[in-house]
Amino acid sequence: MDLITNLALGFGVAFTFQNLLYAFAGCLLGTLIGVLPGLGPVATIAMLLPSIYGLDATPALIMLAGIYYGAQYGGSTTAILINVPGESSAVVTAIDGYQMARQGRAGAALAAAGLGSFFAGCVGTIVIAAFAPPLTELAFKFGPQEYFSLMVLGLIGAVVLASGSLLKAISMIILGLTLAQINTDVISGTARYSFDIPELTDGINFVVIAMGVFGFGEIIANLGQPPEHREVFTKEVKGLWPTRQDFQQAWPSVLRGTALGSLLGVLPGGGALLSSFASYTMEKKLAGASGRFGKGDIRGVAGPESANNAGAQTSFIPMLTLGIPPNAVMALMVGAMTIKGIQPGPQVMTSNPQLFWGLIASMWVGNLMLVILNLPLIGIWIKLLTVPYRFLFPAITLFCCIGVYTLNNNNFDVYMTAMFAVIGYLFYKLGCEGAPLLLGFILGPMMEENLRRSLLLARGDWSTFVVRPLSAGLLIAAALMIVVVMLPSVKKKREVAFVED
Amino acid sequence: MKIKSEKDFWSGIMFMVVGISFAVGATNYSMGTGARPGPGYFPLILSTILAILGAIILFKSLTIETEGGDRIGSIAWRPLLVIVSAIVIFGAMLPRLGLFITVPVLIVIVSFAGDEFKWRGVLIAAAALTVFSWLIFVVGLSLTIPLWPTFIQ
Repeated sequence: MDLITNLALGFGVAFTFQNLLYAFAGCLLGTLIGVLPGLGPVATIAMLLPSIYGLDATPALIMLAGIYYGAQYGGSTTAILINVPGESSAVVTAIDGYQMARQGRAGAALAAAGLGSFFAGCVGTIVIAAFAPPLTELAFKFGPQEYFSLMVLGLIGAVVLASGSLLKAISMIILGLTLAQINTDVISGTARYSFDIPELTDGINFVVIAMGVFGFGEIIANLGQPPEHREVFTKEVKGLWPTRQDFQQAWPSVLRGTALGSLLGVLPGGGALLSSFASYTMEKKLAGASGRFGKGDIRGVAGPESANNAGAQTSFIPMLTLGIPPNAVMALMVGAMTIKGIQPGPQVMTSNPQLFWGLIASMWVGNLMLVILNLPLIGIWIKLLTVPYRFLFPAITLFCCIGVYTLNNNNFDVYMTAMFAVIGYLFYKLGCEGAPLLLGFILGPMMEENLRRSLLLARGDWSTFVVRPLSAGLLIAAALMIVVVMLPSVKKKREVAFVED
Repeated sequence: MKIKSEKDFWSGIMFMVVGISFAVGATNYSMGTGARPGPGYFPLILSTILAILGAIILFKSLTIETEGGDRIGSIAWRPLLVIVSAIVIFGAMLPRLGLFITVPVLIVIVSFAGDEFKWRGVLIAAAALTVFSWLIFVVGLSLTIPLWPTFIQ
């Protein structure tokens, strides 16, 4: 079977000493930033992008992927022990996990989260391996029209399923696409919006935007808030193994969470965050009156934690097969591939099978490492929780600064980042989300190229996008998504679902 | 006219300003024809949509009632100014004075952004982070970062 030979190839790549080392480094870093509130995977991956110049593509991507799913594990630890979600996807875990910790069952909660995540991670890896090839086949049938429509669908999906105001999120996408127009036009060679600044003719580096908005913007926002009171349950963590009753209650939730997460991860805009919210809502509904949700129900930890890990894994599918990032982290992965000279898209699987299957296999290996890192070694992470933010933010600022400088060994990028730090804080204050902006910015050049190629092929006839059935289907799906979300009943539910965010 | 949502009001203004300025900028570039779109074609479409969306957000912020007026709240001037100027100073200093001088300066400046500032802790952190970043970025990842001031070398 193809699947087996492909996975065998992947594991061959993943099990080389170098790749194991980078997978481990990624998982370790991911757990670290997951545990530390105030530093997310987007800022971390952006910070590390300059350092991958010296690496081969495969270990570099393996490490970056490890950071993303490692953060899902680490985020739950903070959520359970101090009621502060280390990662946005762990917001719902904090609800019941923290209550369990207060009842002295922190160990059981951590184990449910860790083992559930591991199971979900294994399933997620198999789902990617099974579904990537057929999707890739489909993608080869795509012309520029289909690609353009697919990007429209991807961008719309990304904001429809996310939280916050829809109108503002769509505006942020367009703003991202617009900022991406600061470059040299590929077809005519005209420098656009460069104001005769040579650095701007190559366009703004996406790392600069990611670091300014997600790194510095968030630091300023965090410092502007009054210091929070933290209650850490450090001594109570014993009896890691859940009781038989815990197991019986938790495993169906793990299965449901995994299934839901695998499904939602593939959708544009899906991934870890959406999956965990959806799973919590579902578990709460299914449990009905018998549930003790909000008072320390293990199902409220096991379900969402499995879901967010499954979602984190399967969100690699659209990125790997179509080159379309479904969320901000994947957008950075697309950027990382471009840095390494790999054009993201369906051809990656055939042109770089080592990278493709090695990355997938490394996710399973990484998940195994994470269980070991997170359960027996939990004590180390707990100690880290006591590090105050006033020691953290200077270090984060420093690493971001060095990261930006080393992008091109140019201090112009540093000044641009300072500007985007101000813009990022402005976005925060105005309630505008940064993720859609980054997605739009990354997809901007690709979208323009496909639009112009489509129009060229169709001799300027815009109807080409709706005449071709595949392209029309994608556009209809995008329109339907907006219509459904605008329906009053759905609108209300959407607001309720994200109220805890 | 009363502003019903302060956040949306200013968001709308922001999107409109950016949209209109990019649209004006786009007129400097060739539009091309429909069948052969030029470099100004896509930017003009995008910025027009952005300006329209901004106008809708602005209109909604003036008409639809929100709870508590959706206030922007106070601006954290101190962290904002300290962090941003620290980044700019870092950018100006690093190529000229090198890592071993720039990093401690950055850490000391940045530390003023927090509520607490204790010289002892800050200096220890500055020393530790300087050595750490040298080990990781220069020794470990062999990135080309100037280490000492240019006039010494």
